[in-house]
Amino acid sequence: MIKVNGIDIESDGVSFAGKSVAEYLAIANYDCRRIAIERNGEIVPKAKYAETLLADGDSLEVVSFVGGG
Amino acid sequence: MNAPSREEMHAALVARQGEKNVEKLQAATVAVCGLGGLGSNVSIALARAGVGKLILIDFDCVDVTNLHRQQYKANQVGMEKPQALSANLKEIAPYVELETHFVRVTEENVESLIGNADIVVEAFDNAEAKAMLVNAVLERNAEIESAEKNAEAANKEAAYTKVENAEAVNTKTVNSESTKNLKSENLKRLQYLVAASGMAGFDTANTIQTRRLSKRFYLCGDGVNDVNDGIGLVAPRVMACAAHQAQTVVRLICGMENDG
Repeated sequence: MIKVNGIDIESDGVSFAGKSVAEYLAIANYDCRRIAIERNGEIVPKAKYAETLLADGDSLEVVSFVGGG
Repeated sequence: MNAPSREEMHAALVARQGEKNVEKLQAATVAVCGLGGLGSNVSIALARAGVGKLILIDFDCVDVTNLHRQQYKANQVGMEKPQALSANLKEIAPYVELETHFVRVTEENVESLIGNADIVVEAFDNAEAKAMLVNAVLERNAEIESAEKNAEAANKEAAYTKVENAEAVNTKTVNSESTKNLKSENLKRLQYLVAASGMAGFDTANTIQTRRLSKRFYLCGDGVNDVNDGIGLVAPRVMACAAHQAQTVVRLICGMENDG
């Protein structure tokens, strides 16, 4: 099971283990300029989205910022 | 009328917040990145609460369109925001130490601007600027932590090798040298980050919350309501979010959030 923001992204049978963070972000349609990602409580550096591979048991927090302040 | 003395203001704070907390607040440095609806309100709350030093950063000037929610006055339109906010803060809390930067925060200058702060407040209005700063601060923390781990491991190994061949008497010297090495590599300090996302519109203020996303990263706001959806920013809701940020900063400084 791989969780993103508390939700199991593999619940419909699609496996994300072995896919990169960048691949997941593209599939989930995230705007990479507006996000920060923590994987199991550790920041994933922006430069490492392509080389960071998801593994079973991972928990991702994808913070997607909206404008205003 | 003359402003109260430093001692009078200190005593008034101690009576309300407690001496230990006031001491911790007085010793703290907080960087406020962006001095709009969030940052101007956060700064005023922190100055009132007795934070010793604020680093105020913004690249913009006060505009008439800011006055409905930001802590500036009509006669300050056209002034650089850091300078205008400094003037207002000094009227409220004359003994707060202020450092101002009239500059846009970028990946290149971020270390020089916020490197000395204990806590960084992300208070930009632009979503991409928010993401840039959050990534920069969290990546910076990760680098410091990994450097600390490496130094610790290297020192342990060095100490072990030396001790193996040394007299027991020399052990102490070796250990103290190792500690010195470790410290000299640790000049950069880990920071707490308090960011905000989602505070536009006329919705209830009750949906604005503070979430701790990881050990040193807090996020305030409703997470959803985007100013770009056509809904504007309304003063009380922005202030509610700013208040969440400021309260989180105060709790962090006073050691009330260090539970893991």
